Order: sequence, then C-alpha cells, then structure tokens
Amino acid sequence: MDKVLNHKDVLEQLTSDMIIGVGGWGARRKPMSLIRAICQSDLKDLTIVSYGGPDVGLLCAHKKVKKLIFGFVSLDLIPLEAHFRQARQNQEIEVMELDEGMLQWGLRAAAMNLPFLPTRIGLGTDVLAHSPELKLVTSPYSDAETLVAMPALNLDVALLHVNKSDEKGNTQIIGPDPFFDDLFARAATKTFVSSEEVLSTQELGGKEGAIYNRFERSLVSGVVHSPCGAHPTSCAPNYGFDMKHLKEYSDSVKSFEDYSLKYMNKTHEEYVDSVGGSAAIENIPLPQF
Amino acid sequence: MSNSISLAEICISAASKTWKGDGEILATGIGLIPRIAAGLAKLTHNPDLMMTDGETYLISEPAPMGKRDASSDQVEGYMSYSRVFENLWGGKRHAMVTPTQIDSFGQTNISAIGDYDSPKVQLLGVRGFPGNSINHKNSIFIPNHSMKTFVQGEVDMVSSMGYKSQELSNGNFEIKLVVTNLGVFDFNAVNNKLQLLSLHPGVSVDDVISNTGFDVIIKSEEATPLPSDKELVLIREVLDPQGIRNSIFGE
Repeated sequence: MDKVLNHKDVLEQLTSDMIIGVGGWGARRKPMSLIRAICQSDLKDLTIVSYGGPDVGLLCAHKKVKKLIFGFVSLDLIPLEAHFRQARQNQEIEVMELDEGMLQWGLRAAAMNLPFLPTRIGLGTDVLAHSPELKLVTSPYSDAETLVAMPALNLDVALLHVNKSDEKGNTQIIGPDPFFDDLFARAATKTFVSSEEVLSTQELGGKEGAIYNRFERSLVSGVVHSPCGAHPTSCAPNYGFDMKHLKEYSDSVKSFEDYSLKYMNKTHEEYVDSVGGSAAIENIPLPQF
Repeated sequence: MSNSISLAEICISAASKTWKGDGEILATGIGLIPRIAAGLAKLTHNPDLMMTDGETYLISEPAPMGKRDASSDQVEGYMSYSRVFENLWGGKRHAMVTPTQIDSFGQTNISAIGDYDSPKVQLLGVRGFPGNSINHKNSIFIPNHSMKTFVQGEVDMVSSMGYKSQELSNGNFEIKLVVTNLGVFDFNAVNNKLQLLSLHPGVSVDDVISNTGFDVIIKSEEATPLPSDKELVLIREVLDPQGIRNSIFGE
C-alpha cells in the first residue's frame, strides 16, 4: 500500500464547489503547502470549514472562498486576520458563524453519520439569527427542553498537517494538542495529509509512537511529504510560528502583489527557500504565553 | 508602597475577587489584566483554582507574564482545546474576558461591528462565547469604558447571551463582575440591571453615567479598595515582574 502523493496529485482530486475542512487551529499546524497549492490552482467557489488562521486568509486573498463555516479567524498574536477581514467587509464571502464547540459538534455528527447533535450552545445569541439553517429541536423526554440541532458538517475533503506519517497513511501528531484533526478526518469523504516526515512503519516508534496516532489510516487517502509544510504557522515540537512572516503577510492586505511575487506561484521547495530555508524555519522557537 | 499604586494594579486586585468562593474550577483570564487577576486569586484567596500555561497544560503555579523558563513549570494536568470544551460544557469554569461591546442585558459582541451582512469592522468571530455564556459563569474586564463599549440598545452581534435569555441556560449563566477603567459593577440590581459597586480613584458618578449607553444603577459610590501590600508584592514580584501590566493604560 502506497498513499504517497505530491501536491499536484492532491489538486487533481479536488474540484470547484467542494466542501473542504482544514485542520489545525488559528496559526497552529495548518496544512499551508496544500493551501498554497489550492491558491495557485483554477479551483473556485469552495466552502471552507476551519478554526481559521492564515489558511482562511490566504484562500480569501485568492478569491477561492464562496462560503466560510467558522468559529473564529485569527493569527493568535496578531488577533485579527487582515485578509479574512477585508473579504468580509467587502462582502466577498458568505459565512456560517459558529461557536467553536458547535463546529466540533457538527464535525462529530458527520463523523458519527448522524444528521445532527443537540446542544444548548447558540441559544440566546445571534449565531442562530444569522444562520437560518440552524434549527431547534425539542427533547422527547420529560424535560421537553428546546435545544439547537447542530447539523452534521459533512466534508468532501479534509486537509491536515501532521508531524510524521508512513506510506500507508499511519499518521502521528506529536505536538501536545491534536486540536480537532481527528474529527475533520472522520467527517470527510477523503482526507489528504501533509507530513513533516514520511518514514517507514518501523520508524514510527512502535507502541510509544502509536500514542500520537490520533486517527486510523483507513481515513487517509493520501500523504504528501511536506517538510516545513505548516509555515508560517507553527508545528510543535518542530517549529513555532514565524511572527515576522505573519506580520508581512498581514500587512500585505494593502497591496497583495508584492507578497504574491515573493512567496506565491512556487513549488513547496522554492517557497521554503524564499522564506529562509528549512534550517531557519526549524530554528523558530515555539511560542510562549 | 501604596503611594504609587497604578490603575492596572487596582483593576487586577478588584478583578481577582471575582473567583472568590468558586472552589476547584478552571479559571481562565483572557488578556493581560484578567490573566494576572486569575493568578492573584489563586495566590491569595482560592489556591484550589486550576489554571493553564496558556497552551495545553495545567500548571500548579500561575505562569508569570512575559518570557519565562517554561521548563520549570510544575505541570499537573492536560488541557487541550478538546478538554477545555468538555470542561466548560460541564460548567466547571469561570472566565474573565474582554468583549468589544456590552449592552444593558449583559450581552456581548466580539464578532463584527455594524450590519452583519456588510460589517463595518470584522472582528474575531464568536469564538467560544455562546458556549461559555450558556454553560458557566463569566466576568468582564473593559479597559475603555465608553458609549462605544457600553452600547445603547443591543450589541451589534450577540456573541454571548445575556440576562434577557437566561431561562435558556441550564442555570449556570451568570455575569459575576464587570471591572472597567472607571469602576466595579455587577448585574445584580433589580431585573438584572447593571449597578455600580465602587469607583476607581479620581472617577465620578457622572463619568460613569456619561460613558455608559444605558441606565446604571448607583448602588454605591465608595472607592474601589486599593490592593493590599501582599497583593502588590505578588503582582509586582511574582505575577508580572516585567511590569507588562502598565502598558494597558499607558502607565
């Protein structure tokens, strides 16, 4: 079994109008090399589901997003994502704005092949007012409580970035927080994973390594070897976020052309060189709060 | 020590009281002043509070502000985002947050300013506010108390629920305390109206009224208690030795 693909192979499996879930959280462990590949493609009118960071912003800057399903979009230390902000303020994208936990619940419902999961979250807020597709349900038990029926967020594709993988799609997320990547994989018809390292199964570390295996290989359709593939987001424990680059990216909202000339329309290897090379990226310390 | 007490220190001391009597729950202070305040609560009146390192681990002592040697943190537990959700859905948390807008119902907004479909200013998105507000106690810190933050009518995008919807909660909805640069407030007046509990030094009742877009009940005009010497030592030497707190009001 060999699921190893390159960035172009993954693009060939994507089509316009797809619903694509993106793993990671804010400026952490985003599959940025796959996102850049989409930005450089002819794909359009995508629905993106994300705990958003520069993945969302970069896709917005390239006019790839028809609809965004999100709980937030932020670059962490730069709280507001300039490109997402511009897209919203210019009314370029539709949105379904959710509480972070509702988004998780929607992925979980999809993962469990359920139409919805009930929750109180969203009641009493404008989350419901702005997304009429969110319906209420009455508890069939004696409490008869009114709850939100959080609909399943069924994804066509999930894109994730992990620390280690083998050719069969056994993946490991070594960073202490796996975020909700496992649910993105379970909610999707196909999951493509970019990985810092592609190793032999033996090199994954046996029982000790298996603790970091957060979802089964049967969920993984393809593995792309992408060292530093999360840059400029962090990939603990390999590297932290590149604040200098995130600032330049954020500032580029005024004139995206310069940023685009410097960093876009490149192979992943060329991109890594354009931002200082892999040794420099791997030297970026992990953030501390 | 007391003649040089800063507004930030007064706010930290006042805000720390919000976790009084909470017992063994997760205290989350988001932002500079709330975070130092949560740490102060743990080091003074509520040592049982649980607290994270700002990332994925629960640690035994509050993490000081600024750069530190994190390898010396005493890690005692695990708190990934998934665990934070599980914890807060169970109600065992009390957060202090800083919304962009708040209204007379205690509803807040961190999502967008202006018309939702063509926002004047897009902010973060609702984040965890809907779930936090319906599941556990919250407190609020506002560094710029004004008509723009304490708005007339309702906030532009209701991100956290308020007292007008409290019957929808499972009984855990509460805004315990509101600390601003002008004074200390809660929503415990009749019909859950905002009420003034104390004024910071140099602030008048008129300052409060003219900077709030809705009616405030004046329950008390007494001065906000100054931090004790012990609190000042903890703030200045343990929780924020680099004085990062002073940036919040340009002190």
